[in-house]
Amino acid sequence: MTENVVTLFQWLVFLGISLTCIFASIMVVSNKNPVHCALWMVLTFLATAGLYVMLHSTFIAIVQVIVYAGAIMMLILFVVMLLDLEVELRSKLKFVYSKAIGGFLAVLLMLGIFYAVITRVLKGSSGSFTPEKVGAMGNVKAVGEVLFTDYLFPFEVASIVLVVGIVGAVIMSKRREPRKE
Amino acid sequence: MTIPAVPPSCYLVLGAILFTIGVIGALTRRNAIIVFMCIELMLNAVNLSFITLARFLNSLDGVMFVFFIMTVAAAEAAVGLAIFVQLYRTRETINVDEINLMKW
Repeated sequence: MTENVVTLFQWLVFLGISLTCIFASIMVVSNKNPVHCALWMVLTFLATAGLYVMLHSTFIAIVQVIVYAGAIMMLILFVVMLLDLEVELRSKLKFVYSKAIGGFLAVLLMLGIFYAVITRVLKGSSGSFTPEKVGAMGNVKAVGEVLFTDYLFPFEVASIVLVVGIVGAVIMSKRREPRKE
Repeated sequence: MTIPAVPPSCYLVLGAILFTIGVIGALTRRNAIIVFMCIELMLNAVNLSFITLARFLNSLDGVMFVFFIMTVAAAEAAVGLAIFVQLYRTRETINVDEINLMKW
């Protein structure tokens, strides 16, 4: 009986979070003001972090809140502040045929993904990291052990990617001097 | 009677819906920053699928993939937003249908 209560609670949390997620992302797509879009986007990311907690990966949930909802969205908000985007706010959202065609193709894509997800049963060799084992040793510790042993080389490459990103951002946003004739 | 736990296909279907919303936004919006946000939305949906499969296959490889996707998304955000700022300085607009210099 108590198990039933637990699973029922899980279903309720899952449904609530997923409806929040879908509603917030629809608002991201349909809102005209970029600042409102960014704030709805933060809500989407926080809801996804809740789903990650339900899926027993707390490390990724925390990283999602810090990196996505914190850092990246703050960056986007600052850039929206730097640019003058009032022009789009004043213009109406026009209906164009190309948009209808694009939406139709996207819905076809969704049906394709549904077909692939629902008709096939999950197959694949199971690993050794059951939730009980990971929970006993701590999620962060388990992730760190795999990251620094099996995935050491991709980890180092990721640091190079970040350095390239920093240098690229600095060089791109530097104001160019007019060329001396 | 016991209620079954939330099956993985529910999470995957949710990921598909979020991905499709992102695709619709990227195809229909004109503001480059909103297109960028929709791309982040698609990355987020894919991350959700990865975590789901990692959980139900008892593996940590999916978690690693999500970690690296987040790294690449952070670098991409830095460079992409710098490009938008530079574009706005030179062209005075970031509407993607007015930026057609490289269009054939």
